[in-house]
Amino acid sequence: MSIRERLSGNEAAAIAMKQINPDVVAAFPITPSTEIPQYFSTFVSNGQVDTEFVAVESEHSAMSACIGAQSAGARAMTATSANGLSLMWEMIYIASSLRLPIVMSLVNRAVSGPLNIHNDHSDAMGVRDAGWIMLFSENNQEAYDNLLMAHRIAEHKDVLLPLMVCQDGFITSHSIENIELLEDDKVKQFVGKYKPEHYLLNDKEPIAVGPLDLQAYLFEHKYQQAEAMRNAKKVILEVSKDFEKLTGRKYSFFEEYKMDDAELVVVCMNSTAGTTKAVVDDLRNKGVKAGLLKIRVFRPFPAEEVANALSNAKAIAVLDKADSLNGVGGALFEDVVSGMYVNNKNVPIVNYVYGIGGRDTTTKEISSVYSDLQKIVDTGNIDNPYRYLGLRK
Amino acid sequence: MIDKDTPVNDLTIGGNIYEAGNSLKFKTGDWRSTTPKYISENCKQCGLCFPVCPDDAIPVGKDQKRGDFNYDYCKGCGVCAKVCPFKAIVME
Repeated sequence: MSIRERLSGNEAAAIAMKQINPDVVAAFPITPSTEIPQYFSTFVSNGQVDTEFVAVESEHSAMSACIGAQSAGARAMTATSANGLSLMWEMIYIASSLRLPIVMSLVNRAVSGPLNIHNDHSDAMGVRDAGWIMLFSENNQEAYDNLLMAHRIAEHKDVLLPLMVCQDGFITSHSIENIELLEDDKVKQFVGKYKPEHYLLNDKEPIAVGPLDLQAYLFEHKYQQAEAMRNAKKVILEVSKDFEKLTGRKYSFFEEYKMDDAELVVVCMNSTAGTTKAVVDDLRNKGVKAGLLKIRVFRPFPAEEVANALSNAKAIAVLDKADSLNGVGGALFEDVVSGMYVNNKNVPIVNYVYGIGGRDTTTKEISSVYSDLQKIVDTGNIDNPYRYLGLRK
Repeated sequence: MIDKDTPVNDLTIGGNIYEAGNSLKFKTGDWRSTTPKYISENCKQCGLCFPVCPDDAIPVGKDQKRGDFNYDYCKGCGVCAKVCPFKAIVME
């Protein structure tokens, strides 16, 4: 029997970490993720976990400590946001290239500047090519559930990649919502023990980690990372299936909300999906065939599956909570568009950059996106595919 | 044995090396831009030079006496020349 609680997204993440009881947590406080290591350090002080908590002097050191710990043979976790992630930048790539299944909570926030501490996805989008598995969470429940599945995915022998669980700063991290928690023993059983095949503290097998990797080798090692990322798709589905057996909560690469006969479709990630569901329900009551495709697995990007799920739509809007400043469109838009093109699915598609720097996105605004899509269907004209939602003009 | 012809699927992940002592196989002597020269007639076998060598490039025999440099590994850092009180090592 699961436990009914009411928790913020940060509390949910910290409790997931308590139940996982990792060997090492190294973290540095940064808004809005600060509460995760704060709550977790309380669990450490109270003796509720066996974890070695390393209060480091910077995020670069936080990720470095996680890399050291995980190489040594420990299960390491951390949490950060925005500029904290920016400071980890160098070590983010080291973690994935050394194939260390570190798990991080990324509480999404705008990367300054100008200085802003509120939610958008510019931090996550900045590391989208860094070789980390990236799971996005609509609410506290999904942030919790994704963390419980994280180690099983990351540590799988065909994967061995670090993984970050994203949730929206403040909107999710600081809002208290109902949540169903698993019992500690069930989490322990589900997550299992970490048994690395090779690790530095194994005195039976002295090893070298991270040696010089010049022209004759780096290419092949990058291919191995890419292959691991492709393998992760199968593992994510397997672990999600096991999780569903345990909890009844169904997860896949994405959630299809009223997509069966949907003609006007919005694609988005994280908390905006909740707002969009309310709009879809409202439009459905009015007879509009609206649907939502909520991306959960952003890396590896399930391009073929997304293309197939969108193939019967008449018009699609991809919502990006980060502007790529590239003159073309947001990162999610580009991935969806290339997935559609490569898989020969030709549906009119537009991009909306929205919610930058914590700008609220209302049901009224999401509703206007569906109206725009209807116009595209009616007229066949797109004019400009690179659009903004909620920008003052 | 992994070398530059090893196919991708036979390489270890992340370039990990699962055996000890492998730095012997990586000869770093060609990084050297200045070279220490051992002048044995000045050497008093005081033993100050070989402990400071970062590359173990000064061989020491069972009699505790040093021999000439191992240029396969000496990177030419000059630390040995700096500590030598007897001008038995000069950088060229």
